[in-house]
Amino acid sequence: MYNAKYIIPGILFFLALAFVPVIYNQGHVFEVKPELPKDQKECVLPTTEMRDKHMQLLNEWRNEAVRDGSRIFINAKGQKYVKSLTNTCMSCHPDKTKFCDRCHETVGVAPYCWDCHNLSPNQKSPIPPVASAAAGGH
Amino acid sequence: MKSSRRKFIKLAAVSAMGIGAARLGFLGDAPALAGDLPTATNFEEGLKAKHWGMAVFSAKFTPELIAKCRTACHTEHNVPDIAGQKEIKWFWGASYEESFPTEHGHYMAEKVEHRQFPLLCNQCEAPMCVKVCPTQATFQRPDGIVMMDFHRCIGCRYCMAGCPFGARSFNFQDPRPFIKEFNPLFPTRMRGVVEKCNFCAERLAIGKLPVCVEAAEGALVFGDLSDEQSDIRKALRENFAIRRKPDAGTSPSVYYIL
Repeated sequence: MYNAKYIIPGILFFLALAFVPVIYNQGHVFEVKPELPKDQKECVLPTTEMRDKHMQLLNEWRNEAVRDGSRIFINAKGQKYVKSLTNTCMSCHPDKTKFCDRCHETVGVAPYCWDCHNLSPNQKSPIPPVASAAAGGH
Repeated sequence: MKSSRRKFIKLAAVSAMGIGAARLGFLGDAPALAGDLPTATNFEEGLKAKHWGMAVFSAKFTPELIAKCRTACHTEHNVPDIAGQKEIKWFWGASYEESFPTEHGHYMAEKVEHRQFPLLCNQCEAPMCVKVCPTQATFQRPDGIVMMDFHRCIGCRYCMAGCPFGARSFNFQDPRPFIKEFNPLFPTRMRGVVEKCNFCAERLAIGKLPVCVEAAEGALVFGDLSDEQSDIRKALRENFAIRRKPDAGTSPSVYYIL
């Protein structure tokens, strides 16, 4: 091999660089603990399903409620819920910072729900404006 | 007799247990929500129609009543209070000349000439805004309501150019700092989105009439235009009514009784 004395250290350096995140996070446990409501035992769907698919569910809810006028969600157990982010979800999970944000910030996503939607049905005044970068750049 | 007394007490105990068990039924139900939050039961009692419309008894309207309806509407829907060219309006008032520019009434009855007319989205049968919307953010529901899906609006403002009635407003800035009376049950809007009256679709869904109709105390009649027996058809049968700018061809669902 020509120029091995440059290429091999180069490759090693590249590999080291590429594996920095893996090595850095070794021993760290990836764990997010959103604060769950104390007075409610179950969500509209089982926890695992909510964890994986809440974004799809919210998307379906918004399309069905706004466009089809179908505003009642019936889950597999036959329980009825109103399709509403603020009035249903946020009634049980009243603190966005302790529930939504804990995961979203860890995995680095900035959903733009709160550009329009209110944080809770008991909110006293509109959410104050934030710098556009903090709102995900919208 | 002793035995019948025993029976009676047993029966009473069993019924008491039954009542107790029935009252525990909420355990399996949807969460008990705070205050006056609409529940799934409320949404099952929604009002339905083939063609929602409104009749305006314009003679009953004073600038004060228009202001009252406007406040009720704007509070319900978190409409920001902005003065000047960036104004956002769902419900407003205007003179005869502004409201009915195609009527050309030269020598008019003074009481009509100086009257303020309450204006709102006309919820047209052939809505121009729906035709021009490139994302179908504005669409027509089967019951005739011209609705906006704010999620889809890209702020191109074609609908504002298309609407012959000026019923649409654009959010040139974040509306939240300008909301004075805040209703947490209805969302706000964001910068770059068009908005307009939605005939209180969110209230019809829980069986309530539009908030302006409630505030107007009989001066606005709301109902199903396709139902001959409805109050609105009765009002239109008994009174002469005109619509705004009929030559625009959009066929408004809001009728003005002069």
